[in-house]
Amino acid sequence: MPYRAKLQDWLPRLVLSPSVALIAIFVYGFILYTSYLSFSDSRMLPSYGLVGFANYERLFGLRHWETALTNLAIFGILYIVICTVIGLTLAILLDRKIRGEGILRPIYLYPMALSFIVTGTAWKWFLDPGIGLENVVQTWGWTDFSFRWIKDRDMAIYTVVIAAVWQSSGFVMAMFLAGLRGIDGEIMRAAQIDGASNFNLYRRIIIPMLRPAFLSAFVVLAHLAIKSYDLVIALTNGGPGRATELPATFMYSYTFSRNQMGVGASSAIIMLIMIASIIVPYLYSELKEKKA
Amino acid sequence: MTNMSGKFSRALLYSILIVFAVYYMLPLYVMVVNSVKELDEIRQGAMLSLPQKFTIEPWLSAWSTAQIGVDPTGLKPYFINSILMVVPAVFLSTMLGAVNGYVLTKWQFPGHRIVFGLLLLSCFIPFQIVLIPMARILGTLGIAGTTSGLVFVHMIYGIGFTTLFFRNYYDAFPTELVRAATIDGAGFFRIFYRILLPSSGPIIVVTVIWQFTNVWNDFLFGASFADADSQPVTVALNNLVSSSTGVKEYNVHFAGAILAALPTLVVYIVSGRYFVRGLMAGAVKG
Amino acid sequence: MSRISKTLMGSVAGLAMMSGAALADDVEVLHWWTSGGEAAALNVLKDDLAGKGIGWTDMPVAGGGGEQAMTVLRARVTAGNAPTAVQMLGFDIQDWAAEGALANLNDLAAKEGWDDVVPAALQRFAKHDGNWISAPVNVHSTNWVWANKKIFDELGIAQPTNWDELIAALDKIQAAGYTAVAHGGQAWQDATIFDSVVMGVGGPEFYKAAMVDLDPAALGGEQMKTAFDRMAKLRSYVDDNFSGRDWNLASAMVIEGQAGVQFMGDWAKGEFLKAGQVPGQDFLCFRFPGTQGAVTFNSDQFAMFGVADDQQASQVEMASSVMSPTFQSAFNVVKGSVPARTDVPDTDFDACGKQGMKDLAAASASGSLFGSMAHGHAAPAGVKNAVYDVVTAHFNGEYDSATAVEELVAAVEGAQ
Repeated sequence: MPYRAKLQDWLPRLVLSPSVALIAIFVYGFILYTSYLSFSDSRMLPSYGLVGFANYERLFGLRHWETALTNLAIFGILYIVICTVIGLTLAILLDRKIRGEGILRPIYLYPMALSFIVTGTAWKWFLDPGIGLENVVQTWGWTDFSFRWIKDRDMAIYTVVIAAVWQSSGFVMAMFLAGLRGIDGEIMRAAQIDGASNFNLYRRIIIPMLRPAFLSAFVVLAHLAIKSYDLVIALTNGGPGRATELPATFMYSYTFSRNQMGVGASSAIIMLIMIASIIVPYLYSELKEKKA
Repeated sequence: MTNMSGKFSRALLYSILIVFAVYYMLPLYVMVVNSVKELDEIRQGAMLSLPQKFTIEPWLSAWSTAQIGVDPTGLKPYFINSILMVVPAVFLSTMLGAVNGYVLTKWQFPGHRIVFGLLLLSCFIPFQIVLIPMARILGTLGIAGTTSGLVFVHMIYGIGFTTLFFRNYYDAFPTELVRAATIDGAGFFRIFYRILLPSSGPIIVVTVIWQFTNVWNDFLFGASFADADSQPVTVALNNLVSSSTGVKEYNVHFAGAILAALPTLVVYIVSGRYFVRGLMAGAVKG
Repeated sequence: MSRISKTLMGSVAGLAMMSGAALADDVEVLHWWTSGGEAAALNVLKDDLAGKGIGWTDMPVAGGGGEQAMTVLRARVTAGNAPTAVQMLGFDIQDWAAEGALANLNDLAAKEGWDDVVPAALQRFAKHDGNWISAPVNVHSTNWVWANKKIFDELGIAQPTNWDELIAALDKIQAAGYTAVAHGGQAWQDATIFDSVVMGVGGPEFYKAAMVDLDPAALGGEQMKTAFDRMAKLRSYVDDNFSGRDWNLASAMVIEGQAGVQFMGDWAKGEFLKAGQVPGQDFLCFRFPGTQGAVTFNSDQFAMFGVADDQQASQVEMASSVMSPTFQSAFNVVKGSVPARTDVPDTDFDACGKQGMKDLAAASASGSLFGSMAHGHAAPAGVKNAVYDVVTAHFNGEYDSATAVEELVAAVEGAQ
């Protein structure tokens, strides 16, 4: 039955095609549209008069675009690394037949469930020296204790990291836990019989097997880092001064509050280029090695 | 390993886990404690201490009487909008992701890696650039300001992630089983329904948690593409919480925030249990 | 402007015309008045319309002093789904009018004589090319000082009337162990003070030259440096913890007697009243020392969007209701602002409100009524935010006053 066989041959691609088409239009089409806007004189609404590289020149003349990029580098690296380390550690620890796992797991996970529209306020209060941690520790008797990062131009970005890690490290933990549990028990047992120490067992055998989980974690975290918007708005609103501005807040501000859509679009394009230059090589190496 | 050091490392293990639990619980503590205080008490500055006078009033207010716009409806009516939006959006994007992951691992064709890479890269598109062109397209399709429009948007921007999750999961699934089934004459969909889907419990849970959280907590799309009668609960929460020139009732805000998060919290706790069960089934089989 | 972009504008306006979300005789209103007092004030309008048989479809989007709502509006208009009326501030109204998206209210305005009762400074925003396009609801004035009367009495401080008296008063308050100035370190709050300081340094002419006309000579001149010096001086009266604080928490500091004064717009009054305080007895309201006679304002208006023919009747009714003296009075008593027309009786207002109305009429008559830069009524959003950047950076110690002046000139030029 050649007809049936032919259908079976094409079916997979047919099934995949709606997704591909949607993504082609609504992601890549929109990116093209935005790159056009970045060369246009758009201000409040899109407009199609071309102005060459003027928007890009404006963009790189702006001091707080520089701040935003530096902040993204600091924030992105710390956030991804810390979340991965905490997530992996917690997953490994939780995987050791812990009593009370059923209680601990949701505690680690729940921050992801909350919207930053309001948890931002809770964090803001907690980090605020006057009413939060500093004040509490001082009333406990350690009067020298000082924790005023959120008010400090050079340190405020790290408070954003603290709150962001709080929100997503639990989810990363869950991904690693799923990965760990997916590893065949036989492999573990065999390795243990071979006398591999616990540390070596994880380093040599288990962690390399978690590769897909690392990929997922990286993609999820990088995505969250780049899109961190609510978090910054709620926690510091870009302040003190503009010290915690990130590209996402910058882009939003120029596109929508400052009526300079052209500059906003050019910042989006620069960001996309940066994202692509980091992620494409990573994906390429990850996906290539997967060759079965 | 002696018993002593075993006990010690066990104790260390638990203390690390508990320290982290405290870190994760802190903001929730701040929110809960302040949601049962009276506003005067918060104004006096004792934001981290336990309430002197316990009150349930803020919760009742946030749920049914707080001012959201001109109507004192509380968050109640917006829940249904969110649920009508979340359930189909999560279902559709999860199904698409599952099928995509299945094709990309078990029915590979030339160029499948590039397709996957392109789907994956789509996760990184900043939503700010989507707003205006998407509004135009929704308007053209006639679904601007409707729940269907929101479902459509969320489904599209969920595909990248759901595909990633399922692809990575199915990648580890033994291809021999699929081959054996093909030889037995099973077709494309039959293999999917009978062999892969039944063992996809854990990854479905992860995907549903992710999608549910993202869609439920989304504000930007909900605010931009919804009408008065389809606004999701996050938009209502934002209206409750951020006022420009009015009095801020922090206790009501916190109560409202916890209320708005309850469905996601429930999903996390309920599916967490299923998570383990699904995994145990897998272990027995292995 | 190119032909293509003109075509697009036309089609945007065309789409806006086809808006069909609300029922024919309903009005759909996009606004960000969501907190208790604000919503209560808006309910006055809703009830008024209900009395005329017009339904109200509520579309609240709060956040960022209307920024969020403006983003949503762009999506709505692009999708061809524009609301009937939109709460809007200053230059946004003009920008939307320039896109051709707004309705024309001339007939109604002529019938009701809006031209005679609305201050010219407000008409500058409510009219585009000589056509009425929106209905102003209120006027908030932003150059107020809110003071704790107990502290003033205790220290024997008289109401300061110029900069030196203000500094003397603040020194006294600080020496007595209070926080002198309750302030929240957010860009718009910093800029609110900056408005008053600029007005105080050089008077109305200087304010107009620098903030409204954006004259580089004024922006980069010696007086501007004095203004920044004064900002730095005020910075020294703020507590260590000011950064990021919400304005209402700063008000609470004055209410609780921890701080002496707050520089804030008239909406702060609501916080004092809500805490059971009485103007003149528990707290004082007076103009920022050195700005008496002048008023910096922002004004909420309802911009009317182009809607289908069958909805125009209710839209006009709504505009008429907004402009009626009874509504203007009832709304503004609740909201804490003052009416946008100067012929409304002040009987229902409290002491601060009465003074606000008197000041507004006087400032309007003498030509000293200016839009507030901090609140987007002196210059378009791009310039406003550029000024924010500099003022905030300077207030947080990033620039000294000389650098700030240079940066201000550059930033304003870059944003135009």
